[in-house]
Amino acid sequence: MTYAYFPGCSAESTARDLYLSTLAVARALGIGFAEPEGWSCCGTTMAHQVDHDLSLSLAAANLLKVRDMGLDMAVSCASCYSRMKIANHEIAANAHKREIVAAALGRDYDGTVRVRHFVEIVIEDMGLDAFKKALTHSLGGLKVASYYGCLMVRPPEVAGLDDPENPVYLDRLIEAMGGVGLDWPHKVECCGGSLTLTRSDLVVKLSESILAMAKDSGAECLAVACPMCQINLDMRQEDIFKATGRRYGMPIIYISQLMGLCLGVPEDALGLDKLIVSPRAAMYHIRSSVRS
Amino acid sequence: MPIKIEKAAAGRGIFARVKAISGIDISACLQCRKCTNGCPVSGFTSSSPSEIIKKLQLGAGEELLDSELIWTCASCATCFSRCPMEINMAEVIDALRVMAEARGAAKPEGNAPLMNRLLLGTIKRFGRTYDLGAMALYKAGTASYGKDLDKLPTILKKRKIALLPPHGADRKTVKRIFNNLEKTREKPT
Repeated sequence: MTYAYFPGCSAESTARDLYLSTLAVARALGIGFAEPEGWSCCGTTMAHQVDHDLSLSLAAANLLKVRDMGLDMAVSCASCYSRMKIANHEIAANAHKREIVAAALGRDYDGTVRVRHFVEIVIEDMGLDAFKKALTHSLGGLKVASYYGCLMVRPPEVAGLDDPENPVYLDRLIEAMGGVGLDWPHKVECCGGSLTLTRSDLVVKLSESILAMAKDSGAECLAVACPMCQINLDMRQEDIFKATGRRYGMPIIYISQLMGLCLGVPEDALGLDKLIVSPRAAMYHIRSSVRS
Repeated sequence: MPIKIEKAAAGRGIFARVKAISGIDISACLQCRKCTNGCPVSGFTSSSPSEIIKKLQLGAGEELLDSELIWTCASCATCFSRCPMEINMAEVIDALRVMAEARGAAKPEGNAPLMNRLLLGTIKRFGRTYDLGAMALYKAGTASYGKDLDKLPTILKKRKIALLPPHGADRKTVKRIFNNLEKTREKPT
């Protein structure tokens, strides 16, 4: 199993931890990753707000690089995943858009390179049975609120990863690792990530409603797959405390980091030190649950 | 609540332009308001998705481009996902953003258009986003140095952001995309 892995810009900056842990988990599971040479920004999250054709073309440039490699594209960032899928969807369905993109790129692209999210690859291509066999540790009954946010599930005919209102992919991984995937109502509520720099006043409100619901549902941590959700929900907890006096202390952990811990990957290869709310309690739980 | 539009604006409606830019036909809207009920920000904003659609249908003009929702929309696409008529409201909002910018630099609270321009500028230059560079310019442009300054020590200590601009991207291709699209835009339509 080899895929063309598209890291995305955040892999080099704000989501280095997602990148490192995804690579480490892929290595542990024997999933081959080749990086497309010279990959560039997919245009998220601002290009579509300014120029729709630009957003399609920036994504298509990378899809063409993957086409040349003859592989499927693997993505770990929810935002890149969404932009690639949207570009594919529109270019394949709309001949006019396809022409515009071809003119911008100087090369035609038909919108057919397969785009796969990393969790999709583990669940569908590898299979949960094989995944379970590779585990060295268990989540030991850790109560995890899986949080999908917007980009992995919407719009449904484009994302196509899972049920848009009650997705279960992350929960299936959590259950496979011996954790409890909580049934809670805010799995796909928006945290306002794209407004985090411009309208943090709104973001504090949106994020708090998600954290409060997770806490009320008995969550010991949130599992996420989107860099914008992660940094937003993690970093804004201090602002929520300042604004409301309520402290949530909820660790916001990438699903790939939880997977890495259960696969026995050393902590420093998972970027866990980059999380702001300490994941220590959850990690202690996992470290003490060696699988027999 | 009744939805009203200014009489003077009638006849100069932007309905057709929204459709031309977004490719979305909003005439099918039933006003069921599932979009507004699911919208995470409309409770904190003076306008809602279903209201904007109704106003467009009634022939609202450019004054609609001042709607707060255009810039508080988080592009979460809950509206589109739940719409029984499959209207992609998220893309209608994107079209309204483009029109608001074309009319003259829009400057809503938080100045999201500035942030968008700066981030795109880094992509054009480096082929990938340089978030720290764009953020520094944004803070200069909005005179908001104090905001979020308390997070800087943690971000630096944990190296949560790249200090140097990105390198390694196929910058030639990216530049070609920007230039070719700019050329097409300059042609009269």
